[in-house]
Amino acid sequence: MNQVNTTIVSIFSFSILILLWEVVVRFSGWDSNVFPGPFAVMISMGELIGNGSLLKHTVASLFRVTAGFYLATFLGVPLGIFLGRNHIAALLFNPIVNFLRPISPLAWIPLAMLWFGIGDQPAVFLIFLSSFFPIVVATTVAVQSINPTYFYVASNFGFNRYEVISKIVVPAIIPSVITALRLTVTIAWIVVVAAEMIAVQSGLGYLILDSRNGLRMDYVMDGMIIIGIIGLFLDNIMRRLGRIESATWGIMGQ
Amino acid sequence: MGNIVATDISKEYFNRRYKKREKLDTGSIFGATIPVLEGVDFEIESGEMVCFLGPSGCGKSTLLRIIAGFEEQSSGILTIDDKPVTGASSSNIFVFQHSGLLPWMTVQENVELGLRNMKDLEKKEAEIMDYIEMVELEGFEHHYPYQLSGGMQRRAELARALAVNPEILIMDEPFSGLDFLTHMKMREEVVNMHEFLGKTILIVTHDIDDALSMGDRVIVFSSRPATIKLNQKLDFPHPRYIRQEDSELSVLRDELFLMLGVNYAV
Repeated sequence: MNQVNTTIVSIFSFSILILLWEVVVRFSGWDSNVFPGPFAVMISMGELIGNGSLLKHTVASLFRVTAGFYLATFLGVPLGIFLGRNHIAALLFNPIVNFLRPISPLAWIPLAMLWFGIGDQPAVFLIFLSSFFPIVVATTVAVQSINPTYFYVASNFGFNRYEVISKIVVPAIIPSVITALRLTVTIAWIVVVAAEMIAVQSGLGYLILDSRNGLRMDYVMDGMIIIGIIGLFLDNIMRRLGRIESATWGIMGQ
Repeated sequence: MGNIVATDISKEYFNRRYKKREKLDTGSIFGATIPVLEGVDFEIESGEMVCFLGPSGCGKSTLLRIIAGFEEQSSGILTIDDKPVTGASSSNIFVFQHSGLLPWMTVQENVELGLRNMKDLEKKEAEIMDYIEMVELEGFEHHYPYQLSGGMQRRAELARALAVNPEILIMDEPFSGLDFLTHMKMREEVVNMHEFLGKTILIVTHDIDDALSMGDRVIVFSSRPATIKLNQKLDFPHPRYIRQEDSELSVLRDELFLMLGVNYAV
């Protein structure tokens, strides 16, 4: 299906969703304070945009995700390459990585607050934790599953260590690492909302928590909608990254 | 240059044990050693094209990897030009059974691998194009391997190998997976290339006709553990007509079929 068609189809399915929402609100009998309809939410969205608070919160959240995610990528990918190339190091580190990985980043909240205090740092730290381990594991596996023929080629043509990494390992793992980053950025985006419900005075998570305290369910839903839209947007960016020619080994249209 | 002497080469693999051992099992508790090559002796003169023939899984590819320096023999001595083989080297280039082209590089970038240390960029470009033209891939230099047909991929890999100007070319079943016509054409091209360049070429194959129509020498291996069953020089001019009745080659062909366990030669 081509680009125009998919856009039209997604607009259509969103229209259905909004229609259903309106119908449920009308017939549920709930008060509009408890379950606001699409129209009320749209008006309050206008208010939030108008007073600039939506932009402020969105920028704050995006900043934290970007910082934590970049940190995780720039530390996680090299560590993954190292573990993938070094059998003994992998044996030593893998149990630790696999032990820490299933611990929810949210469980780190008390420690993060104690260590980093109040502000951006604990939130960035939590996002870093949520992305770091999946990136390390995905990169390690990607390196380990490189076709051994390519390493034979490297030794045959007298590659030095740097060339093995730059000409074989990195290009070979790019497609799977980008897929991993695409999945991870979604996790990071989920975690930022939870992280912002503590210790900070800004961000979309804070917006939702604060609106709940003020019983403004329309603002809560505004926050949720923006989170969804930005999630789509982040996924889209990562998907486009995966289509760059060098990332697909020239195999276009996948 | 490119003279290879193998003296009593053996190779064993160690298979780790995962299942519980049975009674009367004499292997070690950790696993069992599997002999792959046993007492292999031969001498290959420089400039010779030698075909290694044997049933599949007999260990002939292992022997090639040992000659290329990718693996080490368990015992025995292997020398190339009187020097023992210590590891992979760009003076003996391996052409892989399934494409060894790096899929993230274009044909040009792949061919460039062997010339990447050349300082003079213009000369390098020209030389890359020379090799691409030699295998008749001009116009495809910016294509990625997946965009090429099987035969073109083999030719691109051949160009990459030749660009290094190696002493020895090692080809592991270079024609497997090609369609019949491409197979025949590649056979001819490799023979022509050998006559033109005069390099030592080792070819592993399980195709008797390949061996007879190409090789200056054919070495036949038994099934695993591989030992040499026959080492015969083939002093016939090219092109060869191997199926002419009662000719020396066709008699040898029938013998080879029998030797490899096929009673009725096709």
